[in-house]
Amino acid sequence: MIEMYTKKVMEHFLNPKNVGEIKNPSGVGEVGNIVCGDVMKLYIKVKNDTIVEIKFKTLGCAAAIATSSVITELAKNKRIEDALKIRNEDVIKILGGLPPIKVHCSLLAVDALKEAIYDYLRKSKRQIPKDLENAHERIEREKRIVKEKFKDFIKRSEKILDISEKSKNKDKRKNKT
Amino acid sequence: MIGIKRIYLDHAATTPIAKEVLEAIKPFFNKKFGNASSLHSFGREAREAIEHARDIIKKKANAKDHELIFTSGGTEANNFAIKGIAFANRKKGKHIITTKIEHDCVLNACKWLEKQGFEVTYLNVDKEGFINLNELEDKIRKDTILVSVIHGNNEIGTIQDLESIGRICKEHEVYFHTDACQSFTKTKIPMEYVDLITINAHKIYGPKGIGGLFIRKDVKIDPLLHGGGHEFGLRSGTENVASIVGFGKAVEIARKEHVDKMQALNKMLIKGALEIEETRLNGPLPGEKRLCNNANISFKWIEGEAIVLRLDSFGIAASTGSACSSRSLEPSHVLLAIGLTPEDAHGSVRFSVGKENTKEEIKYTIECLKKIVEDLRKASPFYKTSR
Repeated sequence: MIEMYTKKVMEHFLNPKNVGEIKNPSGVGEVGNIVCGDVMKLYIKVKNDTIVEIKFKTLGCAAAIATSSVITELAKNKRIEDALKIRNEDVIKILGGLPPIKVHCSLLAVDALKEAIYDYLRKSKRQIPKDLENAHERIEREKRIVKEKFKDFIKRSEKILDISEKSKNKDKRKNKT
Repeated sequence: MIGIKRIYLDHAATTPIAKEVLEAIKPFFNKKFGNASSLHSFGREAREAIEHARDIIKKKANAKDHELIFTSGGTEANNFAIKGIAFANRKKGKHIITTKIEHDCVLNACKWLEKQGFEVTYLNVDKEGFINLNELEDKIRKDTILVSVIHGNNEIGTIQDLESIGRICKEHEVYFHTDACQSFTKTKIPMEYVDLITINAHKIYGPKGIGGLFIRKDVKIDPLLHGGGHEFGLRSGTENVASIVGFGKAVEIARKEHVDKMQALNKMLIKGALEIEETRLNGPLPGEKRLCNNANISFKWIEGEAIVLRLDSFGIAASTGSACSSRSLEPSHVLLAIGLTPEDAHGSVRFSVGKENTKEEIKYTIECLKKIVEDLRKASPFYKTSR
């Protein structure tokens, strides 16, 4: 590794908190792209405007997993308007710093939380704050840029995913018979 | 890391210095410390030690028509070969052929030459990492002066057919260079078919900072370093006597039994890792066409740096071709060249065994690996436990 991770990063990476999915979540946020090697999926359950449950699933490096773990701890039991105030600097501070090349992982974590809250507000037909609307548009735009940049790779990947889906279904059929 | 047993499986990165090597080099720091160019007894004993080491290495490589020039390592030897040939032969032509799976020091030397007005063709490789001999022959032009192809690939272990490549180069009167840093003492190098061969010491239980370039005696090459005319006028600078002695000793103690042992451990490791579902071996199947100590495995739905750091928490040392561990955030160019998708490249881990590893260590590594992969996949959004 180019630069060392802090003890705190390693703690969260080796024993991440709140790993998993939530059945019937109030909102889900997904950011990143598999071709870049980082994908975060964040699930929230909201009651009385408070995040009562939060889980994540992340494909990524140690920094991606550690920042996912930290964001879930930061957002848990927070009111939505307070959760939206969490900045990537807060995540980095808790981790005692991140190597410069890994700072984007903390941005992804904050974005995943924003997207989950956006999803919840949209689904529950609540008013979406202007800042959040802007953030959502930015995230969508960034996703499109990555998709465009890795167009060929994504096509290849989708083909492979498609084939593996099909072979899986075949296996399932086999299992049934 | 105190208290846990450490297992080193990253010998393609570097190896520990062998005990015999350490003993051999010790006197050359403070007792036999002379400058090999000096006339007095201090100088003469240093000179004798250097020439003895050179003889050992040449004999082991079966070098009859080649001279061995010591360099500061593999990177310098590769730069020397490529730039030295380019500048000495530019009147004949400015075209160089290499491959897409070379070590960065070859690729970046070539890229630099492109800026100096040379043209470089980068050959494709197939899904196991082999170049296509027909493509090579097609790409050779009248102005081609050099073909450089890595012997044993450092990432995926592919061993190229140097003899066939050498025949083509000979027929077209083009110099042929190979980077044999990973393969030297592990696989036979057909010296008669190659004009320039890069080797180094720290991959074979010798010291870091010492390597060499075999050069066929009739090859026209310019030095990189100008100065007092050391190393037959091809590499100036006071000789690194202790390291040269260590290099010689490392080559002297290399044995076929070590290769057989590494081969067996490597097969065991590959078999164990592939028992995990949704994995693939990158590079050729174990055997004559794969380095005896290289296992490169892709684990679907998870990322290589995470696997390597989890392994490290168990005391196991390996490496990855994932972008997350590179300066550029780009996945390994070698893995992309053999047709891997970026996500499979991100999920790759390279293990490289050494002669001191044991079966027990490999068994323990496989056990840990199974746990780690399962654990990371549980946290992956793409992996369904119901699969």
